[in-house]
Amino acid sequence: MPSIISVRGLTKTYQSGFTALQNVDLEIHRGEIFALLGPNGAGKTTLISIICGISSPSQGTVLADGFDIVRDYRAARSKIGLVPQELCSDAFENVWSAVNFSRGLFGKPANPEYIEKLLRQLSLWDKKDAQMRELSGGMKRRVMIAKALSHEPDILFLDEPTAGVDVELRKDMWQMVRELREQGVTIILTTHYIEEAEEMADRIGVIRKGKILLVEEKQALMDKLGSKLLSIRLQQPISEIPEALAEFNLQLEADGDTVSYRYDSRQEGDSIARLLRKLTEQGLEIRDLNSSESSLEEIFVSLVHEQEQ
Amino acid sequence: MNLYAIRAIYKFEMARTFRTLMQSIASPVLSTSLYFIVFGTAIGSRMGNIEGISYGAFIIPGLVMLSLLSESISNASFGIFFPKFSGTIYEVLSAPVSAMEIVIGYVGAAATKSVTLGLLILLTAQLFVDYHIQHPIWMLAFLVLTAVTFSLFGFIIGIWADDFQKLQVIPLMVVTPLTFLGGAFYSISMLPEPWQTLTLFNPVVYLISGFRWAFYGVADVNVAVSLGMTMVFLLICLTLVWWIFRTGYRIRT
Repeated sequence: MPSIISVRGLTKTYQSGFTALQNVDLEIHRGEIFALLGPNGAGKTTLISIICGISSPSQGTVLADGFDIVRDYRAARSKIGLVPQELCSDAFENVWSAVNFSRGLFGKPANPEYIEKLLRQLSLWDKKDAQMRELSGGMKRRVMIAKALSHEPDILFLDEPTAGVDVELRKDMWQMVRELREQGVTIILTTHYIEEAEEMADRIGVIRKGKILLVEEKQALMDKLGSKLLSIRLQQPISEIPEALAEFNLQLEADGDTVSYRYDSRQEGDSIARLLRKLTEQGLEIRDLNSSESSLEEIFVSLVHEQEQ
Repeated sequence: MNLYAIRAIYKFEMARTFRTLMQSIASPVLSTSLYFIVFGTAIGSRMGNIEGISYGAFIIPGLVMLSLLSESISNASFGIFFPKFSGTIYEVLSAPVSAMEIVIGYVGAAATKSVTLGLLILLTAQLFVDYHIQHPIWMLAFLVLTAVTFSLFGFIIGIWADDFQKLQVIPLMVVTPLTFLGGAFYSISMLPEPWQTLTLFNPVVYLISGFRWAFYGVADVNVAVSLGMTMVFLLICLTLVWWIFRTGYRIRT
């Protein structure tokens, strides 16, 4: 797939000497939802700020739809819409003029029909004459999204779109993001909620301390790094794991009738078959089996942990 | 040239003026009217003419300048300071606009406001004092030139300021005293030495003197020097703005 954003060798060192990004390479595919996942302070917002033109790169280049973000900043920026993390707005401005202002700022002639459609889509139409200060936090965030979409961008950045947002609005937001993708918009979102990346992303990049640790298809990432947990419920409770089963590192649950086996789905081999055979040899009868995949959260924790060692 | 962006910024800034009509137009007009009543009508009637001009009429150019300078600075500085303060500046920074377009939008709106204000004050002055304008075109030229220059200056202050106090300190502690001491209420020829010479280091002297020449044909310093000094100040401000955007000073991290 062709890249719509191409980041090469990007480094950002602030005047204070703090290096927020170290030699970052990243390709974002056209039409995908890409989640940039990382703990607070990992460099997610810095990366977005540089791509959008709010911050200047120290080294490296970024192309947005083929345009260099520094040399061809006009062409590059007009492709991009940004919803920043912080809710900020001019308190006394009304929704309608705020959104139209954004469109003008991005060099597009007025198009009231499009703005009306946009506001209706975001359930903001009945608030169009309200001043920003009268709106709830969730509504304000919708206005920020409307502003970012006002100039019909091909690329949308959502910096922590659901931080501090209630569950219902979060679900709405996810729905909206999917609809935008269907319309052909490429979406890059940052989050430190793994749930969010897992729910929405096509691909996931993990960033930590200014470095991209990995970029993977979500499913591949989960397949690749996901360990599985096999819970075996026994007919009769046991007091301890028999010696003969030591190689499997089984865990005996508190109730005594369930043993858990954690295995790597990548190199599982025949261990499950051997385990089951051995259980039977030990005279333990199986009542029920259940296997579950680990969540992105567990993957993330193990990744970050790996890096630290 | 992103004309839509310039228009959007200009419209946004003008809308802010109309939302705060009382504060941005009515209050300066009122306070200047008070000067006319006190100095022009009440005290002025007991004062002799200065260079053949009644005192009430003499102070008009200075009073217009006083409002023009302080309003240009405060309009333009607040216009750019507030988005920085509230965070909404992100949008302007991420938009496909050049530095020049940003400046034209913000400074243009601020200058429009203060020129309108200056003209309103002149109209109001008609109610209290009898005056005439000898060179109306030059009067307008000085008005616009000063408004643009000081709006640029205000824009610079707005970018430099990182708190509300800094926003106020230059207009209150520097510009207002310089205006009062710059011949708004007297002719500098009335001052004893060495003050008469020292006053020439006050840039506002040249603004007021030139502006007064446009009204009455009399000036403290040659009008060409006034025009030259105004242009120099405009050039300094333009250079500073150019440097600010080049280096990203206090705008781009």
